[in-house]
Amino acid sequence: MASVPMEHGLMLAGILFALGLVGVLVRRNVIFVLLAIEIMLNAAGLAFVVAGSRWEQPDGQVMFMFVLTMAAAEVSVGLALVLQLYHHFRTLDVDAASKMRG
Amino acid sequence: MNVAFYLAAAVAVASTAMVITRLNAVHALLYLIVSLLSVALVFFTLGAPFVAALEVIIYAGAIMVLFVFVMMMLNLGPQTTEQERQWLSPKAWSGPTILVAVLLAELVYVLAQEGGQLTSAGSVSPKEVGIALFGPYLLGVELASMVLLAGLVGAYHLGRRDGPEEQRKGGR
Repeated sequence: MASVPMEHGLMLAGILFALGLVGVLVRRNVIFVLLAIEIMLNAAGLAFVVAGSRWEQPDGQVMFMFVLTMAAAEVSVGLALVLQLYHHFRTLDVDAASKMRG
Repeated sequence: MNVAFYLAAAVAVASTAMVITRLNAVHALLYLIVSLLSVALVFFTLGAPFVAALEVIIYAGAIMVLFVFVMMMLNLGPQTTEQERQWLSPKAWSGPTILVAVLLAELVYVLAQEGGQLTSAGSVSPKEVGIALFGPYLLGVELASMVLLAGLVGAYHLGRRDGPEEQRKGGR
């Protein structure tokens, strides 16, 4: 829709991405790190959709669907890794993984 | 539709800021669901109704349910019932409820304003998306299916209780 300027949509995507990045950098609980990664992927998809709606082409939405697929695959593998981490170390601290060997 | 965009954007930023500052993972998850719903409304106001539906169904539905399952598996123990009692306090659910109420009021406003016509004039219909997806992007769809298969196999391999290491140690 043309009434919302593209800059504002991109600004929203940038703010959401920055919030996700802050979450990754600040939190040490691995669940929160995964949530923040989801926020960042979602913001990237939002940027695609904003650009697609600016030129009224379907390509942006197609790219968002690819981002969605990638996020689903990433989170399933990531959560399996979280379960393994908790199983081995009995903690959700990401720094515990620095003690892994092999 | 302009007001709807900015209101949904404000709700998205507020709930996302709440996600990264919560101490309790389940509270953060509630706020993240609110954030995803508001981003879906942003997609809707941008004229992408198909992607808005996908955002609700796949992100707020399937992926968040995965997170909830994993948190359930990690929280087994005698302290779980005490945690449940704490989580049902009004402090836990009032914030997301208020934000979702804003979104609901906004959705009703958009529907009333459009007079039953859901997609705005400059929108890209699901038909165009489907034609693009299975036309020029067919190779991408195939690659996405490969990614999903790799994710499935990887999650199955990593999620087993007995890794290959322990199996060798246990002699099974």
